[in-house]
Amino acid sequence: MQPAEVAPARTGGNTGTHSVVTGWGMGQEADVTIVRPTDVEELRASVQSIGHRRALPRGMGRSYGDAAQISGGLMIETTNLKRIELDRERGIVTAQSGVTIGELLHQVVSAGWIVPVVPGTQNVTVGGAIASDIHGKNHGSVGTFGAHVEAISLLRADGEVVELLPGATDGGFDATVGGMGLTGVVVDARIKLSPIRGAMLAVDTDRVRSLDDALAALAAHGGPHRVAWLDLLCAEPGRGVVTRAEHVDAPGEGASVVRSRATVPRAWPAGALRPEVVRAFNAFKYASSPRAERGHPVPFGRHMFPLDSLDAWPRLYGPSGFLQYQLVVPTGSEHVLETVIECLRRARVPCYLAVLKDFGPANGAPLSFPLAGWTLALDIPRAAPGLEPLLRGFDRAVAEAGGRVYLTKDARLRPEMVRAMYPRLGEWRAARERVDPERVWCSDLARRVGLL
Amino acid sequence: MSDALLVGGTSEIGLAIVRRLHAGRVWLLGRDGEGLASAAASLDGAAVEVGLLDADDIDSSRQAIARAFAASGGFDVVVIAVGVLGAQAGLDADPDQAIDVMRVNFLGAGSVLLECLRQLRQRGDGTLVLLSSVAAERPRASNPIYGAAKGGLDALAQGLSDAIASTGVRVLVVRPGFVKTRMTAGLEPAPFSTTADAVASATVAALGGRAGTIWVPGRLRWIFAVLRHLPRSVYRRLPL
Repeated sequence: MQPAEVAPARTGGNTGTHSVVTGWGMGQEADVTIVRPTDVEELRASVQSIGHRRALPRGMGRSYGDAAQISGGLMIETTNLKRIELDRERGIVTAQSGVTIGELLHQVVSAGWIVPVVPGTQNVTVGGAIASDIHGKNHGSVGTFGAHVEAISLLRADGEVVELLPGATDGGFDATVGGMGLTGVVVDARIKLSPIRGAMLAVDTDRVRSLDDALAALAAHGGPHRVAWLDLLCAEPGRGVVTRAEHVDAPGEGASVVRSRATVPRAWPAGALRPEVVRAFNAFKYASSPRAERGHPVPFGRHMFPLDSLDAWPRLYGPSGFLQYQLVVPTGSEHVLETVIECLRRARVPCYLAVLKDFGPANGAPLSFPLAGWTLALDIPRAAPGLEPLLRGFDRAVAEAGGRVYLTKDARLRPEMVRAMYPRLGEWRAARERVDPERVWCSDLARRVGLL
Repeated sequence: MSDALLVGGTSEIGLAIVRRLHAGRVWLLGRDGEGLASAAASLDGAAVEVGLLDADDIDSSRQAIARAFAASGGFDVVVIAVGVLGAQAGLDADPDQAIDVMRVNFLGAGSVLLECLRQLRQRGDGTLVLLSSVAAERPRASNPIYGAAKGGLDALAQGLSDAIASTGVRVLVVRPGFVKTRMTAGLEPAPFSTTADAVASATVAALGGRAGTIWVPGRLRWIFAVLRHLPRSVYRRLPL
C-alpha cells in the first residue's frame, strides 16, 4: 500500500497528514495521522491537537515491530527537531529529540568527544534512543544510553514541559528511559560525552568454530566494543567472527559516520533473498575474515554501522519483511543460547543474521532491556514456515531462565510473556500513570502486549 | 478504569460482561425502559447511564448510538448484545415473527455494529464485542432463521474487523453455545450448554489477548470445525 502522503506544508499542530506506517521489519500496517513539528511551539500545539485520540512520538521509525506506531492515532514525528548545543569544554551536549546519533557524532567527534553509547545504526534519534534505552557493543563497560543522560525535558500530554532528572523520587526519569515513548515527547536531553582523540578504532578479530568459542572470545581481554557475528546457516552452526574494538589513543582521520552508498529498490523481488544466497555470502564472510588479527585500524563509523551503507535494506526480505528476535539471558544460562541455535537448525528456520554479545549489569529503569549476561539477535524472514511455534518455545525458555525479549524489536510477544519477562512492569505502570493519568500515549505494541 | 457501552442493555450475557469489566462508567442502551432501570441498579459500583434504543428502528438507533458516544467522549469497550430468539419453528413459525427475527438480528444488529465501529474508528481506539452464536457457523434444522441471521451478522463483523485492522479498533466475535438465560428458558439445553457468567469470563479474558473470535465453551471450536464439514445428509440427522 502506498502511503497517501502530501508534503507537510503546515504542521502547526491541528493539521497533519494521513499516512500508513509500519515498523522497520515491515509488519502490521497502521493508519495514522502524522504531524512533524519544527519547533517547540509547534510541538506543544500538536500535543494540544490530540483531542480524544491516542498519540505517540516517533523518530526515524527504526523499531522493528510495532513499538513506533499507533493505529488510528496521532504520530508526532520528531525528525524536524534538530537543535544541538555542545559544551566543548565539559563534553556535555543538549540535543533535541529528532537529532540522530549520526548527526550527533558528526558534531561532537571533531571537538574531541564521542557519544558513549551508539547502537548498530546511526539512524536512530535521541528520543528513540531514550525510549528504547538502547545499548551498544560496549554495554559491558558503559551500560545503556540512558546511563549517560543527565536530564530529559519531557512534554507531557497536558502540555507541560517537565525536567526529569535521574534519581528523582517521582520515577519519571526511569519510566521514560526504556519507556517506549509512552510517557510523553522528549523535547531535548542533556547527554554526557566521552573524550576521544580520534575516530579510529583498533579492532581485534577472531574466527570461532563454535558457540563456546564465541562466548570465550567475547569475554577475552581487549577493547570494550565486543560483538560476535554467527553463521547459523552453515553445517556447523555457531561458527562466526568475534571482534573487540577500542579507540586508538591518537589523532586519526577515520569517519565517525557512514554514507549510504546504495538503496534497495522498492520493487525488490520477493524471495530473491534465498537461504542458498545467504549461505554463500556467510561462507565468504567467514572465509575472508582474518583467523586472528590484533589492533587492525578501522574507522569508527564503518565498524559500528555496517548496515547503514545500504539504505532500506529490510526490502531485501521482500514484501512480507522480516522479524528480529532479540533475547537476553543471564550469565549461567548459556544453555538457552545453545537450545535456540539447535532448535532453529532442526526446524530448518533460516536465520539470516545472528549477532551475539555480552551485557553488563542492568540499570534502574524498570523496562530497560539489558541485564548481565548474553544477548542474541536473530533476523528471520517473517514468511518462514513454523516460525511462530518455534519462537513461543524460545519465549518460554528465555523467561524461565530469567531473561527477556527486547520490546523495541518485538512484533509478536503475548501479554503473559511480557509480564513474566519484565517483572517490574507494575512499578513502571504506576510511574507512567502519574505522568499521563489520562492515558493519552499509546502504541500498537502497548495495546498488543498490554503495557498500559 | 474503562468506559463501556452495552447495546441490548438488558441482555444477561451483556450485563455479565460489563460487570466483569469493572468499568468506571457504563452506558446501557435498549428498548425496555423498565428493564434498563433494573439492569442499571444491578451494576452497583459503576456510574450508569441509560438510553432508549430500538434496533428495529434503524434511523433512531443510529442516532441513539451517536448521542451516547458524543455525551460520553468515547468508549473503551462496546458490547453488542442485540437479538431475539423467536421463530424457532422455522417454516411453521408465525411468518411475521420469522421476519422480525431476521430484521432485528441482522439488519438491526448489523446497523448497530456499523454505527458503533464508525464511532470507534473516529477516536482510533477501543474494542467492539459482538455476541454471535455457534449457530452462525452452520445453522441447524432446529433454528434456521435465527442461525441464518446470526450467520449474516457474524460474517459482517468478521469482514469489518479485517477492513479496520490498521485503525486501532478491534472486533471480538463471541460465539457461545447454548446459554442458559431468560431468552432460552423453557428450551431443552443443547449439549455443551454454558452460562452467562462463563461467557462473560471468557470474553473478558479474551479482551486481554489478541483473538478475533472465541467460542464458549472453547472446545466448541473444534467440534464445529468438524460439524462444519459434515455432509448435509449426516448433519441433518444429528440430534442438535
